[in-house]
Amino acid sequence: MNNKGVDKSKRQFLTTALTVVGAVGTGYLAVPFLAQMQPSVKAMAAGAPVEVDISKMEAGQLIRVAWRGKPVWVLNRTPEVLATLKTLDNELRDPLSNESEQPDSSKNPVRSIKPEIFIAVGLCTHLGCSPTFRPEIAPNDLGEKWKGGFFCPCHGSWFDLAGRVYRGVPAPTNLVIPPYRYVTDTLIIIGESAEEKAA
Amino acid sequence: MKPTRLTECGNWILDRFPVTKFWNDHMAHYYAPKNFNFWYFFGSLALLVLVNQILTGILLTMNYKPDAKLAFDSVEYIMRDVPWGWLVRYMHSTGSSAFFIVIYLHMFRGIMYGSFKHPRELIWIFGMLIFLALMAEAFMGYLLPWGQMSYWGAQVIISLFSAIPVIGDDLSLWIRGDYVIADATLNRFFAFHVIAVPLVLIMLVFMHLVALHEVGSNNPDGVEIKESKDPWGHPVDGIPFHPYYTVKDIVGVGVFLLFFATVIFYMPEVGGYFLEHANFIPADPMKTPEHIAPVWYFTPFYSILRAIPDKFAGVIAMGSSIFVLFLLPWLDRCNVKSIRYRGGIFKKALLLFVVSFVVLGYLGTQPVTPVATIMARIFTAIYFGFFLLMPIYTRWEKTKPVPKSVTPVPSIEEHLHSLEEQLPALIEEITELKPVTAEIGHPAFKSSFFSRRPNPEGMYNVISRLAKKAKGSLD
Amino acid sequence: MKNLTALLLLLTLSFGVVASEGIELKEANIDLSDSDSLQRGAQHFVTYCLGCHSAKHMRYLRIALDLGVDQKKMLKEIAPEGASIYDQLHSAMNKHDAEKWFGTQPPDLSLIARSRGADWLYTYLKSYYIEPGSPTGVNNLVFEDTAMPNPLWQLQGEQHAEPRKTIWGEYTKLVLEEPGTLSEREFDRFVNDLVNFLVYVGEPVQLERERIGKYVIFFLLMFTVIAYMLKKEYWKDVH
Repeated sequence: MNNKGVDKSKRQFLTTALTVVGAVGTGYLAVPFLAQMQPSVKAMAAGAPVEVDISKMEAGQLIRVAWRGKPVWVLNRTPEVLATLKTLDNELRDPLSNESEQPDSSKNPVRSIKPEIFIAVGLCTHLGCSPTFRPEIAPNDLGEKWKGGFFCPCHGSWFDLAGRVYRGVPAPTNLVIPPYRYVTDTLIIIGESAEEKAA
Repeated sequence: MKPTRLTECGNWILDRFPVTKFWNDHMAHYYAPKNFNFWYFFGSLALLVLVNQILTGILLTMNYKPDAKLAFDSVEYIMRDVPWGWLVRYMHSTGSSAFFIVIYLHMFRGIMYGSFKHPRELIWIFGMLIFLALMAEAFMGYLLPWGQMSYWGAQVIISLFSAIPVIGDDLSLWIRGDYVIADATLNRFFAFHVIAVPLVLIMLVFMHLVALHEVGSNNPDGVEIKESKDPWGHPVDGIPFHPYYTVKDIVGVGVFLLFFATVIFYMPEVGGYFLEHANFIPADPMKTPEHIAPVWYFTPFYSILRAIPDKFAGVIAMGSSIFVLFLLPWLDRCNVKSIRYRGGIFKKALLLFVVSFVVLGYLGTQPVTPVATIMARIFTAIYFGFFLLMPIYTRWEKTKPVPKSVTPVPSIEEHLHSLEEQLPALIEEITELKPVTAEIGHPAFKSSFFSRRPNPEGMYNVISRLAKKAKGSLD
Repeated sequence: MKNLTALLLLLTLSFGVVASEGIELKEANIDLSDSDSLQRGAQHFVTYCLGCHSAKHMRYLRIALDLGVDQKKMLKEIAPEGASIYDQLHSAMNKHDAEKWFGTQPPDLSLIARSRGADWLYTYLKSYYIEPGSPTGVNNLVFEDTAMPNPLWQLQGEQHAEPRKTIWGEYTKLVLEEPGTLSEREFDRFVNDLVNFLVYVGEPVQLERERIGKYVIFFLLMFTVIAYMLKKEYWKDVH
């Protein structure tokens, strides 16, 4: 061993250089390794926009379709329901949907493009359970105050038939409205907004 | 200066967990012989490949489906739909072949420099157990893509067990969990491949390293560096593993990765050797492919199996061709370790062994023909001869005196330098100057030209000198 | 070392001779960077193959992205009617019917180029000849008694097999008896485009991987050089 005449600064420089290059390489390797846990093309295919034909829907009927694996509700609201919705504002946490998630076209008191057709992602904004559809007024189990709406069985959140959350329940915001657009009067595409299509 | 929060935190851990001690014992104050050469890269490379296999394997498991109906498609799903899935899959498939290349070279190094001899017998035994576990791991992993080769390869190998008298049929049935290779087999092989065998492998690697660090590394001279120490108690011929061998091994890693990346990005199938063509056809229990061969790393042993005309004897021969390697430390009676100081007979025997291993490997990939069978038998005999005659021919070997201390390794620069010096003389010898009296037709060009022509006699001389030198080094 | 290599060479040669038999394959001209050829191949595939064979590991979207075809154009001009861009190349044929008609299910073609090789496919598609009495009325030089009728006969025309003798032995020559709608050169290009597409479908990531490989190898070279310099610097202590 002969430690005389060691060029310490050269060693330090080369060590640093190799460490940096090695770290960059490891970083580059980490990208594909982490990226391969992203949704695959198959998941994206399953998440493609879905078409819903509403020509055969009766008033008051709710149908469920899957979009990105989530339940999406399509509800045909009766004029009575729409009238009730206007009377609820005082009991709601966010009646005008200022803090909730929806496309601009649905940011109105009834939260839809056409007032009677209501579309929402059927997952509670609290912890992701799917609320049940309870259109009846004042049933025994929910009490006098229930004006028809969606009730989350997991933690008891209340939503009205525009997906707006009541005060005093665990859910923080209104139900999420997915992007959707009308292809024709009776054909809806969920997952694609009118704005996106124009762009 | 006040100790910062960070160093305090570090000290808190070091007081309770012996990181520093571990680092010093196995890296900074672990002395390795200073004369390691090219052959000593493969140990650390094997570790690198093991890590690669484990990491990419975990990622593959996230998308692979161990179900006979879904397995093949899920592999293609990984190759196409999963982001970067193709890279991860190719890293894993190339890694398995790379693992065997590295391990075979590592084992050859051990045989060449006598690393299996006293006091390192146990390191060799652990290493052989690793090899065995690795073969099991590779074999079971190969079933998972559920292609034709996966299926029929597994069918053939598992049928080997049925050759065992009395319990054979029940045993192979038990291994498969069905009458043929089926969903049940795939599912259990998956379990073995992703968790059971890797755990055993990691444990064995750990034991291999613990045993190595207890007795210390051998070296190309076969000198025990612990026998001559300086006043401070450090081996004279040793250098701390860190930084000297860490920086050297990193160079090896770089070169290895260059080859590895070339295969992954430019030739992932390697002409059907790393990924077999027939394995791109989904497994079909009704139809055997015309020519089935195991992946290249099993072919030497497969050749031995085919060379024996009796089913049970063939299985025994194949088994013992692996088992006999375990006995190596006791078969070799010569007390000189390194090939550098051993007699010509060992060198020749080793050369024959390598040739027989390579030829058997090649034959194993080829269809059976009468000529091929005879060749396989001859080389099988040589293969076993190397081991079984070893106690005889090594006893009377004429060995050279082993130096007390290791000889320095010439660096690449020195090699290049001496080559540079020899080159002009060499060119002079293999070519000759001939005057060219070219009839160019114009008097201005009527001077004589000389041109260099290859000289057959000179070339013959050079080649025969090289051959003599090669023979001389064997004696 | 010398005699070892010589021995190996000798062995390889001797087995090479024994192993080579069967008919000689014609070489396909594979160029995955030729996206025009690949597009034509995709069209041919959908028109002539997809009726019976699927390529279920491939999606229209992937083809559109890789070949630089607009997604709308893809659906309009290449994909069959009613297909969505995310769809895989499924065949419309019922598997049960196929088994009844051909005696076997037409295999999925996603990986056919990887298992058979481009040259085999190219030669196979060109080697049909008339054989009265066989179930499909034709036979194939490369794949004897193939269950597949010649899907391209209208384009190629009808070939006829003629035994020929030369000093090297006997072989079969295929002679065009009745010309098809394409000339011989046009047909060769047609088959070549189709095979080119099948090679692409076998491993769509090929071009991408070779492109990335350059950077990886350049990076590793840089890494190795620095590592070697560092090693040399430290090993000055030892030498």
